[in-house]
Parts: sequence; structure tokens; C-alpha cells
Amino acid sequence: MIKLSGIEKVYRTSSIETLALDNINVDIQKGEFVSIMGPSGCGKSTLLNIMGLLDEPSKGEVTINERQLKGYKDKELARIRNQEIGFIFQSFHLINDLSVLDNVEIPLLYRPGSGSKRRELAKEALEKVGLSNRMKHFPTQLSGGQKQRVAIARAIVGRPSLILADEPTGNLDSNMGNEILNILLQLNQEGSTIIMVTHDENMAKRTNRLIRLFDGRQVF
Amino acid sequence: MLSNYIKIAWKVLLRNPFYTFITLFGISFTLLILLVLSAFLDHMFGSHYPEQQRFRTLYIPSITLRDSSRTSTMKGPMSYKFLKKNLSALGGIEAYGISSLFRTTNAYVGSKRIKMMVKYADSGFWRVTDFELLEGKLFNESDIDRGQHIAVITEKVRDEYFGPGESVVGKPIEFNGLKYRIVGMVKGSPVTHPYTYADIVLPYNSPKSEYESDSKNGAYIGIIRARSARDFPSIQREFEHLTQRGLKFPFEESGMKVAHLEAKALPFLTGFIYEFFQSESTEIFFTVVSLFMLLFMALPAINLINLNISRIIERSSEISIRKAFGAPSKTILWQFVIENVFVTSLGALIALVFAQIILSIFNSSGLIPYAVLSVNYTVFGIGLLLALVFGLMSGVVPAWRMSKLKPAEALKGA
Ligand SMILES: Nc1ncnc2c1ncn2[C@@H]1O[C@H](COP(=O)(O)OP(=O)(O)OP(=O)(O)O)[C@@H](O)[C@H]1O
Ligand SMILES: [Mg+2]
Repeated sequence: MIKLSGIEKVYRTSSIETLALDNINVDIQKGEFVSIMGPSGCGKSTLLNIMGLLDEPSKGEVTINERQLKGYKDKELARIRNQEIGFIFQSFHLINDLSVLDNVEIPLLYRPGSGSKRRELAKEALEKVGLSNRMKHFPTQLSGGQKQRVAIARAIVGRPSLILADEPTGNLDSNMGNEILNILLQLNQEGSTIIMVTHDENMAKRTNRLIRLFDGRQVF
Repeated sequence: MLSNYIKIAWKVLLRNPFYTFITLFGISFTLLILLVLSAFLDHMFGSHYPEQQRFRTLYIPSITLRDSSRTSTMKGPMSYKFLKKNLSALGGIEAYGISSLFRTTNAYVGSKRIKMMVKYADSGFWRVTDFELLEGKLFNESDIDRGQHIAVITEKVRDEYFGPGESVVGKPIEFNGLKYRIVGMVKGSPVTHPYTYADIVLPYNSPKSEYESDSKNGAYIGIIRARSARDFPSIQREFEHLTQRGLKFPFEESGMKVAHLEAKALPFLTGFIYEFFQSESTEIFFTVVSLFMLLFMALPAINLINLNISRIIERSSEISIRKAFGAPSKTILWQFVIENVFVTSLGALIALVFAQIILSIFNSSGLIPYAVLSVNYTVFGIGLLLALVFGLMSGVVPAWRMSKLKPAEALKGA
């Protein structure tokens, strides 16, 4: 499904160089639910962003569904993000100026298809996360858990094979957190490959596999 | 897609009503001033009633007389005879007209005084202008030759002297102690057209017209209608040549020893500039007007650029979210182009509506009787284009730079 080999990421600012990731090698199979854990600042988000093509590694190769992505252009990467990847962020990242329904439709805007079809798919996705009664609301009118469920609906609306979640429960209380995890487990059951960053050992235990990072390196 | 963009644009506008007000106000107000100002300029200098053919019309507004040392100068309208002698010798034109500038007189209805502007004209005056005849006829050569006291009036005089809706042809009108028989009534010319403005037009040989004066100076101006503007240079050359013909310098005129005589036939705007600045260069006029307009547009443009840049920075996370879910950079750019065009067009639309309202209020106010000002769509187009250029430069260039960013950057922390 997704394979990283020899990934290195260096952040360069005018004065300092930070080695955020150092020789990361990961191979994740279709249908797996993988957790990434590690202390703050160890490079978890950086790793997830590279997996999701939101950032480029300084060294190493990313292979998604058998394609080695070195040298791919912006347009081609955008297409892969659009069709094959869905993101969930810790701080939701919804667009506050758009209604819940319009937010969920966003991934569908960047592929062919009619407006009514988009509407239909977005409603379906919202039903799945139990929010079909909040479609006309705006993000600011929702609780944290509801916002994250909207974000999940947005991540799955385009039926991507890979879902990347960066601390999806980090801003929620444990009840809400569990609810979100249950939704993700359900999606995994239905066939989605999921990679999730988490600080919660109990949550990590409920996934198939755990990748531990420390100071930019994998620990086994 | 488009509706999603417009929705977002609209929301962004509503999110910060104050910024929106400033932005829209900036665009609309600037365009509005531009439209109203250009409507005035166009009204003053363009081809409008009753000088619809101004574009092929030359005006002889004045004569300049100087002594040999060029220390003293006399400048002003000319005598009827001077104009008649030179214009009648001019070939290759469609028509010429000679008329005096307007003069104030009073007429009385009972004890009520009516102030009226009187102009003396030859029959050619009606051929170099396009007055709309509302009743009766315009006087011709043979009417003038009969030497009767006749007059052409405007409906304004009719309304004040006889009353609205009254028939006037054949009726007498009395002023300056003389009775004139009305032969025709025309729609008046606005005061902003000094060469055709008058409430009453009398034949040039009417009493007190001073048409028999032998001086060069006088009360008259000349109007030439060319077959086409292409003929201007040759007509101008020939006219200047004719004015010098048979003169014996120096000659006496109102106590001055005249050594130079200059009378030019000029297009309206050139003549206007010549009268005020002694220069025939319309380039200076246009440069000044355009510079003024540009300067006037610069302020809101800078303001627009500022607002746009800060608004885009505000929206960096939206850009990154869209990118994370598969929007290519180019699509993001399009979104901002559409948004900008939408906002700018909204501003332009507001400006257009207000300009139409202001001009129609002005037109019906009677502040300048007979003046009909209208929006010049060329100016509107240029203004809209400039606004779009500024909007796109200020909104799209930063958006373009943001769209090039890796989405991971802007999503951090937010
Ligand atoms: N844009 C950047 N410029 C410079 N350094 C950066 C940048 N982004 C991240 N870093 C550094 O890279 C390292 C890894 O950051 P990252 O965000 O991946 O950590 P994390 O494991 O997700 O931490 P947290 O659990 O707090 O979210 C940190 O030391 C961080 O300071
Ligand atoms: Mg992180």
C-alpha cells in the first residue's frame, strides 16, 4: 500500500538545521491499521505529512500503490491526494466559511462529477459519522467531537484507500475520543488502510501495529 | 465548483463587513467619480445636442491683435464683417455660420421680469448646428433680407413668456423696447455649450447687433462644418491664409497700431484649450486629465492591494486544506481569480448604478437646463479593467505564491 525507504527530513532555517526524520523505513500493507507513537517533537507529524504527500522528504523514496513518487509534479501529486488519500487532523481544519455539507464536498470538487452527485455522496458520508442532522450547520456551531466527525466524513467522502489521521482524538475528551476511534475501526473493518498518530497507549493497543519514533528515528 | 467559489467569496465578504465595506467602497467610489467626471467632460467637450457634429466642426472663437513690439494684445470675438469676408471666401466646406455670443436682456410679462439670453446669427448658424425644431421654422437668407423683426425662441422662453403648451408662431415677443414676431421654436442648448447657448436667436441684421461695424474686433464667432474631420488641416490653412489677405500692416484698431493679426479655426477642445492656455496642444490637456484620474485611482488601488494581501494571508489554512484534499495549485489560483473578479464586478456594478442615479438626478434637476449627461461606457470599461488588473495583481499574486507552498507548512499549529 505505502512504502517508505531511507526517508530523511531536514528542516533548514537561516541559523539551524533540524534533523526531524532519520532513515525511516516502513512498509504498510493494504487493510492494516497502524499507530505511530512517540514523544512530542520526535517527528510523527512530519512522517505523516510525507506519507500524505503534503511535504517532501529531503532524502529517500515514497511509494504508494506501487508508484515511486520521486519527481512527480504538483498536479500529479494533487491527483493522488485527491483520489487515494484522506486526511484527519488534530485541529480539524474545517473551513469555517462553509457549511458542514460544503466542507465535506471539498475533495469531490477537484474531480469530475455533477453537483447533485457530490451532494449525495457528502450526505452519505455524513450519515456514516452520524451527523446527517447537522448538514446546514457551520463548523463554529459544532462541538469538538462533531467537528472531528465532519472531518472524518470529509476524509472518507472520496472513498480513498488510505486514511491518515494526525492525533484525531488529541483535542477531544476520552468519551468523544473513543467514539472517533470506533468510527475509524469501523472504516478499517470495511477495508480502509489507516495510519494514525496518537499519544494514547490504549488506543494504540486496539490497532494492528505500532511504529515508535524517538528523536526522528524508529525504535523497535 | 463555481457556486462553491462564489459562496466562499460571499462569506469572506460577510465575515469582515468593515473590510468589505472599505474594499467595495474604494472600488465603487473611485469608479463612480470617474464615471461622473467623465460624463461631465464628455458633456462639455463631446459631440452633443445641438452640436452633435462637433467632431467635424471647427470654431473660430477669437481674433488676436498685437502691436509690432508684441507688448500689447487685444483678444476677443470678431466683427460680423471680418468673419463674413473670410468665411464666404472659404471653399471645400459644407457650411459656415456666424453668430454673436449670448447677451442678457429682460422681457416683461405684466410686471414679472424674465431674464433671457439673446444671440444674433446668420442663417448659416442653423446649418452648422442641429437644433431640433419644435414649431414653425428657422429663419433663412430671404427672411433676413426682408429685414423684419423676427425671432426664434426656445421652449424655455415659451414656458415663461407665454406659458407651457401655448402655440407661439406668429405671436409677438417684446424686449429692449422692440417687438419681434416669432417664426419658430427650438429645443434649447445647454449653457455649457457657449457657442450655441441662447434663449432667443435673432437675425444678425436686427437692431443693436452691431453687424455693420468695420473693426476687426466685435461680438461674433464663426463655426465651420467640414465634410469630414480629415479636411481640418486644409481648411485651417486656407482660413489662416484668408485672414491675412489684403491687410496693410500696421493699421489702427481701437487706438492700437496693429502689426499682427491672428484668427484660427480650431476643433472645439483645441479651441477651448487655446482660449485658456494660449496653446493648441490637446496632449497636455489629456495628460493632465489622465494623470489626475490615475492619481485618483492610485489611492484606492493601494488600499485594495493591502486588504487583499492581508485577506489572503488570513486564508492560508483554507488554501492548504484544499490542497491537502487534492486541489492542484492552478485550481487554487483560479478560485482567487474568480473571487477577485466577483468582488470587483460587484463594486463596479454598484458604481454604475449610483452613477446612473446621480446623472439622472442631475439631468432632471434643471441645474443646467437641456444638459443630458450620460455614462460613458468606454470610461466604465477602462475603469473596470484597471480595477480588475489591480485586484488580480494584489489578490492573485500572493495567492499564487501561497498556492506554491507545501500544504504541510500552513496547516501547522493552526
Ligand atoms: N517547518 C519547520 N521548520 C523547522 N523545524 C521544524 C518544522 N516543522 C517541524 N520542525 C521540527 O521537526 C521536529 C519534528 O516535528 P513534528 O511536528 O513532526 O513533531 P511531532 O512528533 O508531530 O510532535 P507533536 O507530538 O508535538 O505534534 C521538531 O523538532 C520540530 O521542531
Ligand atoms: Mg504532531
